[in-house]
Amino acid sequence: MLFSNIILLLLLNDLLLLAAPGITWLIRLTAFQGILLGSLLFDMEHALLAGAVLGIKGILLPLLLARTYKHIGKREKTHHLNLGVAVVMGMLGLIFSLWLEHNLPLMPDIFPVLLLPAAITTLFCGLILVVGRATALSQVIGYLVAENGIFLLGTPLMAAGAIWFELALLLDIFVAVFVMGIAIGHIGEKFDSIDTARFRSLRD
Amino acid sequence: MKEYFWLIQFLFSIVLAPLLPGIISRVKAIFAGRHGKPLLQGYFDLWRLMRKGEILCQGWPFVLAPAIVAASSILALAFLPLGGQTSPLGFAGDFIFAAYLLGMGRFALMLGALATGSAFEGMGASREAAFSALAEPALFLAFLIFSSFCIDMGHFSTADTGSAFSLNSMLKGQLVLAWHYGKAPLFIAPIVLFILLLAENCRIPVDDPTTHLELTMIHEVMILDQSGPNLAFMQYGASLKLWFFASLLASLTIPPMDFLPATLLWLGQIAVIGVLVGLVESLMARLRLVRVPHLLGMASALAALALILTQVS
Amino acid sequence: MLETLIILPLAAGAIMLAVGNGLFCRMLLPCVGICHTAISSWLVINVASGGRPAAFFGLLAPDPLGSLFLILASVLFLASSFYATGYLREEELAEEKTCIHDGRPFTNAPERRFTACLCFFLAAMSLVTTTPHLGALWVGIEATTLSSAPLIYFHQHQRSLEATWKYLIICSVGIALALLGNILLSVAYCDNDGAGNLVLADDIDSLGWFMAHAGQAAQPWLKAAFIFLLVGYGAKMGLAPLHNWLPDAHSEAPSLVSALLSGALLNCAMLGILRGHQILLAAGIGSFSGSLLVFFGLISLVFAAIFIVGQGHYKRMLAYSSVEHMGILALGIGIGGIAVQGAMLHSVCHSLAKCLLFLLSGNILARYHTYSSYDVRGMRWTMPITGALWLAGFLAVAGSPPFGIFVSEMIILKGIFASSHWIAACVYPACLGIIFVGLSMAVLRMVQGPRPMDMQASLRKRREPVWSVLPPALLALLVLTLGIWIPAPLWNYLQMAGRLVGG
Repeated sequence: MLFSNIILLLLLNDLLLLAAPGITWLIRLTAFQGILLGSLLFDMEHALLAGAVLGIKGILLPLLLARTYKHIGKREKTHHLNLGVAVVMGMLGLIFSLWLEHNLPLMPDIFPVLLLPAAITTLFCGLILVVGRATALSQVIGYLVAENGIFLLGTPLMAAGAIWFELALLLDIFVAVFVMGIAIGHIGEKFDSIDTARFRSLRD
Repeated sequence: MKEYFWLIQFLFSIVLAPLLPGIISRVKAIFAGRHGKPLLQGYFDLWRLMRKGEILCQGWPFVLAPAIVAASSILALAFLPLGGQTSPLGFAGDFIFAAYLLGMGRFALMLGALATGSAFEGMGASREAAFSALAEPALFLAFLIFSSFCIDMGHFSTADTGSAFSLNSMLKGQLVLAWHYGKAPLFIAPIVLFILLLAENCRIPVDDPTTHLELTMIHEVMILDQSGPNLAFMQYGASLKLWFFASLLASLTIPPMDFLPATLLWLGQIAVIGVLVGLVESLMARLRLVRVPHLLGMASALAALALILTQVS
Repeated sequence: MLETLIILPLAAGAIMLAVGNGLFCRMLLPCVGICHTAISSWLVINVASGGRPAAFFGLLAPDPLGSLFLILASVLFLASSFYATGYLREEELAEEKTCIHDGRPFTNAPERRFTACLCFFLAAMSLVTTTPHLGALWVGIEATTLSSAPLIYFHQHQRSLEATWKYLIICSVGIALALLGNILLSVAYCDNDGAGNLVLADDIDSLGWFMAHAGQAAQPWLKAAFIFLLVGYGAKMGLAPLHNWLPDAHSEAPSLVSALLSGALLNCAMLGILRGHQILLAAGIGSFSGSLLVFFGLISLVFAAIFIVGQGHYKRMLAYSSVEHMGILALGIGIGGIAVQGAMLHSVCHSLAKCLLFLLSGNILARYHTYSSYDVRGMRWTMPITGALWLAGFLAVAGSPPFGIFVSEMIILKGIFASSHWIAACVYPACLGIIFVGLSMAVLRMVQGPRPMDMQASLRKRREPVWSVLPPALLALLVLTLGIWIPAPLWNYLQMAGRLVGG
């Protein structure tokens, strides 16, 4: 009951991420997604991991992103892809992943209902964000969302996997976002904008 | 006796409909720290307008529009199972009919506005057309959610599945059981319906009914040139439409029960919805016009998501 | 002993960050290189003689395949670290630096950060090559991305920043997909015992366990897992059409970093794919992964051939040559049989030759201040040693005799004929021919030609410093040796490594 509602909220959150007009909303929604992931793990009784996820994905990374955004101090809302189109693509991704869940051969019973579609949809939404948004910061958020999707898919396996690996994974993600944050800071200084459409000088 | 229950409720609707805008404006007044106009101001206005003379534009659409608006609203309401009772007019697929009855009223309204030849009214009509086209998918998706719940709850034999697509079976109590089972997608449906209520009835954040600037109006600008009894019919039709949506929303949570408590619950919920609309209008500003499609698109997307999920779980 | 492979560079990097003196950092770098190379040589000898050293409770347990790539990374790091001592001093002395393309002034990143990241990069590569644990492999490869990104952004101007950003985003997203592959791999091994409980062993995720139980795995999931591993690590390895970051990053990074990226990092990424290939081979569906590898190998060859011809930017040209050679490696491993041994030899020769060429490109850039191969003229007059080595490196990398790559490419071709894969047998030699022509046009143009009279006399007459030519010369000697005579122990060792991936 709680589980399926969290999954529903995750799906809602995905669509809202695609529809979010500005970076502030993207950051808030990512934080909420981290919190949802953490509570899902609590529901699956991995308290330690749930705490780590809550701390890193729910609080630390969004704070880091928000700080980077504040540091740049520019409000940019450019996107290559119309938001409506992005949402429709997200819905199509959801339908595709539901279809996949029903038609996959040899589906092992380890995945609870709707976990696989939710994970794949989240991954898909993350990729749409990476490709469809223009600013460097939203690309990082897209990366984070995609990674959340993969993490979600891995949750049923975490009971068996070694806990150190999950923690190392979280640390890796944290460092990745940290390094990207620094890079964005430099981009903001050098290019006077974090719009990646300005990255045109390297090509054949 | 039982056959008359629905009729009594229908009469309640027809009589009480002008009260709902009164509740909304009273809530807004209280929030703004004013005393506000009396709750019954709607009735006083109608009475005053009915006694006045009228100035007509040339062209039959302008003359006919008020009557069509009011009549189509009354007829649409007649298909709705009010307060847990079965509407005698229902048939399989009647939700499409009801939705398009409202659509016909809107069409007449827009034609009437265009017939005046005023630039402002034409602009209002074009906005109305655009926004109602965007709101339509959300409405139908919401109805489909309800019917798929009806089928899910297993009240129909396979031969009888068609009747799951009538408003009577959708809204008559089964949904409350679905709440009880904790069907997650159902949490989305009220949100969608509430957004639709605001959009279809031109309330804030889609349109501001009290604005003084023709440029920003949608509904009010279309009836700008109406006067006297015609204006009264227009306003009465609008309040019936508001009642229609409020009643739709209320019927999601009325369990099967006796006539008297069900009617009281129904009226109480409609009053609460009126208060809620008042709260939204007091707390929010009107959206910029370019943002309205986003809101309606979001409602459609939410409804589609819920519909997809009902097919799965 | 094994632990020091990772702890030594990590500690050295931490010390560099803490001390921060430029001279100290520069001098520590070759020391780390020497120690690391010594330890990894010891390890290779140990593994070659049948030993199975392990550390950290089995987290580090190198096999012949991994330790082959480890020693390559070590040797290239050693060469680059000697080069770095001189390079960094020159960078420190140069008073005003301007971007070659737009002429805007820029500053360098702090030197200690650069050297420390080099050390962290080495540590990450050591982890990747020595661990049999696929999760740790993933963490290691992501760590190589993160530690090498600051290296690309050493010259802090717009273009290098753009390259860094592309590198970070494309590789990170790619590696995230590889994580999905890892998860699907575990899913393939999940199997319900009827009571609804997961049956997973304690040591799941280690390569040996996966291979030992490959028979029980669900094959569709294994195939899906391999596809994601291939896409994810393939992006990092530079397989076309996911190679976009590679020419940008290689052209904008300092030359010694390009050398390490191309010679060592791409191999590490390939190791990720090879691990998946090993598991599929054990499960008996190696032909599936093999044909995918052949397909992407050929695509990369074709892409490289298209982009090398007429490429005026000589560092980008070298980068596309890396795409080509990664394609050849994938092709050789996908074909199987003797071609795998050829691919192993090829990876050794390519790493050495490509490192040599990138180091030399740094010399050329320092002297001529241009990236365009049309503007570089008369290298045999201005910088005779570099010119000669550049020519030798070109011959080596284009696969002409007497260099090692000729031998390895011939072995792979032999393997292709043996497996009667006719499409590959047509496309492979054709692409090699086209690439040879494309490379030779640019390289000969640069080496030959009249003395560049418009160059400042002081620049034209300046002698080449030892640090800038000695490491490339030694590398050239190694590649030449491998072309003429492959020592029997080395060949045995390559065979051991090749046997792990179906050779």
